Amino acid sequence: MAIKTQTTAVPANPEDKSTTWLLRLYVAGQTPKSIAAFNNLKRICETHLKGLYQIEVVDLLVNPQLAKGDQIVAVPTLVRQLPPPVKKIIGDLAKEERVLIGLDLKSAQS
Amino acid sequence: MAADVSKLEKTPTGIDGFDEITNGGLPAGRTTLICGRAGSGKTVMALEFLINGAQQFDEPGVFIAFEETLEELTQNIASFGVDLAELERTGKLAIDHIHVERSEIEETGEYDLEGLFIRLASAVDSIGAKRVVLDTIEVLFAGLTNQAIIRSELRRLFRWLKDKGLTAIVTGERGEGALTRYGLEEYVADCVVLLDHRVSDQISTRRLRIVKYRGSAHGTDEYPFLMGEKGISVLPLTSVGLTHGASAERISSGVKDLDAMLGHKGFFVGSSILVSGTPGTGKSSLALSFLKAACERGEKALYFGFEESKAQIIRNTGSIGLDLQPFVDKGLLHFNNVRPSNLGLEAHLASMLHIVKQTNPNVVVVDPISNFLSSADQGGVKSMLIRLVDFLKMRQITTMFTHLTSLGGPAEHTDESVSSIMDTWLLLRDLEHDGLRSYAVSVLKSRGMSHSHELREFILSDEGIHLGAVYNRRTAVMR
Repeated sequence: MAIKTQTTAVPANPEDKSTTWLLRLYVAGQTPKSIAAFNNLKRICETHLKGLYQIEVVDLLVNPQLAKGDQIVAVPTLVRQLPPPVKKIIGDLAKEERVLIGLDLKSAQS
Repeated sequence: MAADVSKLEKTPTGIDGFDEITNGGLPAGRTTLICGRAGSGKTVMALEFLINGAQQFDEPGVFIAFEETLEELTQNIASFGVDLAELERTGKLAIDHIHVERSEIEETGEYDLEGLFIRLASAVDSIGAKRVVLDTIEVLFAGLTNQAIIRSELRRLFRWLKDKGLTAIVTGERGEGALTRYGLEEYVADCVVLLDHRVSDQISTRRLRIVKYRGSAHGTDEYPFLMGEKGISVLPLTSVGLTHGASAERISSGVKDLDAMLGHKGFFVGSSILVSGTPGTGKSSLALSFLKAACERGEKALYFGFEESKAQIIRNTGSIGLDLQPFVDKGLLHFNNVRPSNLGLEAHLASMLHIVKQTNPNVVVVDPISNFLSSADQGGVKSMLIRLVDFLKMRQITTMFTHLTSLGGPAEHTDESVSSIMDTWLLLRDLEHDGLRSYAVSVLKSRGMSHSHELREFILSDEGIHLGAVYNRRTAVMR
């Protein structure tokens, strides 16, 4: 799947903002790692957050100035903008288990 | 191709003294590692490199701060009178604070540090930077878990800096048994500078050493440095050596009769003179006469006092016919009075050199050097004095040092350690005879001239200093 640099919004219930997950994925060009990260994220969201999420992909090669705001050092970095608090997960999101823990969709103990 | 190797290009840091010990500064287009423990001055030195680059050499710089925020940096440097925000506004400096906190980051799978590269590149491009500082990049090791990725990315980063032709400084925390905690020295092949901050006898001393400088001669000593109001100054004096010229010119001691004892001409210009004596024998008065004589010739004079305040000196010398105020008013005579215990020896030396550079005097008095003995060990005092004397001689400044010797002991005793670096040694004594106390002066040595061996009475009157008759051995009792 190709990465769009603009918002890919799939809100299931636009009225209920509180349940919307806003996920921002920072990448640097369409590298195998960024494509893998996007695909992994999409899959995880479809499985666990179907209809509740919104993914925004930021390509830092296009918008380098956006790296400062979310303190991006590593790429790919996934930032959970909503719900608060802000969470960061770096890497290609290959391990679903770790991603779920990072997003607080699963507690670290279970 | 090989011929170019000898000509390593250098980028001046503009840091007082540093460019002298490195014969021109840091290797241009290369990365230098500055390491040291917390508080050793790494950040300040790196920032100064950028500030000087921006202000003096028209080389804009990027500061990537991993530890301190922009506000903290601004505060740190504010005491140096530099407005970082203004430098940023005018496009001479770009600062990016990079925050990496392990507890906020989950890692899963492969990643790289392209985000860091992009931020650095965009900062560099935004102002056309020639200089870069990464302070301190080892924060990455603490913030991220995958050490293999960090190491390969660091290698890529240092290569990137080199390819871009940027002159860079990376800072690193000193590790146990290694230069840096995470082995940053592995990646930096060209130049490594070590900073050290020691405290002994409650007095702090900062030192700097060039551990490595590929392709360049450099001083290998530990150089004391000072972090003062104007930033860092390194004291490159140990390398000065005995290269100073020797003047044949002579100047008056300020006492006519004393000049007569010194081959009728007085001291050599650029020589060092030691005046030693027990308390109250007139050392300061003699030193101040020497300064006054210089001012009367229209020369500039500088007085370093460690016992009395300026006002006190001017009042007291008035009573012996030395009116110094007019020369102060004319800007010929400068006083610098501090307590020696306020500063460490190195700090003292650095501030003295700084003042000498600023006022550019013909003659200097240090009154007295014995007070330094209270602030540190004898060896330290001597090495400091040697550096001070070398510095002054290089500038052909004639300097008089007074030395207080203790009562009771042999008058010459404590001066052995410093007399070897002095060209002329005058001894003032306290004598008792016929129920009276009087003072006497003699010339113990004076290099390069035939001098008198007489012991003459030293008379302080309201018309200044003059010398009396030669002492008769039978009537005087020396103490």
